[in-house]
Amino acid sequence: MRSFLPAFDLHEPADLPDALGILAREPGQWRPFAGGTDLMVLLEAGKLPPGRYLSLWHLEPLRGITVGDDEIVLGALTTYTEVMESAALRSECPLLCRAAAETGGVATQNRGTIGGNIANASPAADTPPALLIYDAMVDLVSVRGVRRVPYDRFHLGYKQMDMARDELIQAVRVRRGRSNWLQSWRKVGTRRAQAISKLCFAGALEASGDIVHDVRIAFGSVAPTVVRAAQAEAAVRGRPLDGDTIAASTAALARDISPIDDLRSTASYRLRVAQNLLQQFLSNG
Amino acid sequence: MSDAPQVSVECQVNGSTVVLRGHPMDRLLAVLRLQLGLTGTKEGCGEGECGACSVLIDGKLVNSCLVPLLHVRHTSITTIEGIATGDRLHAVQEAFIAHGGAQCGICTPGMVLAAVSLLARNPEPSLDDVRTALAGNLCRCTGYMRIFTSVLQACRQ
Repeated sequence: MRSFLPAFDLHEPADLPDALGILAREPGQWRPFAGGTDLMVLLEAGKLPPGRYLSLWHLEPLRGITVGDDEIVLGALTTYTEVMESAALRSECPLLCRAAAETGGVATQNRGTIGGNIANASPAADTPPALLIYDAMVDLVSVRGVRRVPYDRFHLGYKQMDMARDELIQAVRVRRGRSNWLQSWRKVGTRRAQAISKLCFAGALEASGDIVHDVRIAFGSVAPTVVRAAQAEAAVRGRPLDGDTIAASTAALARDISPIDDLRSTASYRLRVAQNLLQQFLSNG
Repeated sequence: MSDAPQVSVECQVNGSTVVLRGHPMDRLLAVLRLQLGLTGTKEGCGEGECGACSVLIDGKLVNSCLVPLLHVRHTSITTIEGIATGDRLHAVQEAFIAHGGAQCGICTPGMVLAAVSLLARNPEPSLDDVRTALAGNLCRCTGYMRIFTSVLQACRQ
């Protein structure tokens, strides 16, 4: 059922300092509102909590992609379309572009933002596993200054984040220099377009000779948050990519993830497919 | 309710300057239909899945059911009513007529806008490009093949 609109407000702050001032003066009273691709759906369904929302869409300091020597900085309001159109991201962070391309259709990609995908904190979001591959850092801004948090420590539990009530996501930083790593991204859903994931996989590894020097493995929809599979990674780091290593890594993966039954899939299917995707990825290394 | 927040938002709709009034979270879809009478923009799902309410904002395809009124200030909006030039239909509209791209018609305005937005970005799309560009627009009549044909034929005009 449609929400009762007079119980809501959507306020446009004058600029970023004004927005941060409002959040500091009335912490917990305001919720950030970016492209609206999730919150407007909840509003229409009568599931958005009534209250005051702070519109960020017009805040230019939160926009834009900047390419530095060692990293690429994405403003929080960077849309999926902007991710896909960035030549730097296409060559340096291809998995992030793949994830953006398979999130919704064109209309959603034009409005949905990377900051919103993070702050919405859905374990089924598709860009977060890719962000974990590139050792993303999250810049949180408030009147107190900017605080930088490694993304693999940002999600603390289901919809719980290391983010104070007066903070906004300002930018996400992803590491450059991994274009020579073997990289793979897979979304498993009921169909390719529009569907929300049953699970989502991102992996990258650097090997020379037979030995794996470094590796990143991340999943969506198999735990209360998106997760980096630390034990599956540890099982391959510094080892030859042979059958024993791959078997050890896929076995270890079962300890990294905790899938559940829900409307989109089952725990046993998710575990099996997660292990199969990891095995397939490592077998191609 | 007198204390409900209200905003006045100036923007361009199909080339004319208008001032839209309402709650800042009013859906652009409803404002276009009810305040301006632009009922070519359809409501399908109301949750961003079907694309029937597609419009262009500053040339970019969006679902107008998910855009709050507050966000269109100083933007330029194009609805299906603004696609033809006077009495001359857009090549995409002509192609939908010529190749049977429309049946019941509910998805058609959104399909046409998604196709127009694709051709603006990519004047010579492949079939795969067309399928990707229209992936957010659902049709329950045609089976899509005639729609894809219409879009591909429109590029040859």
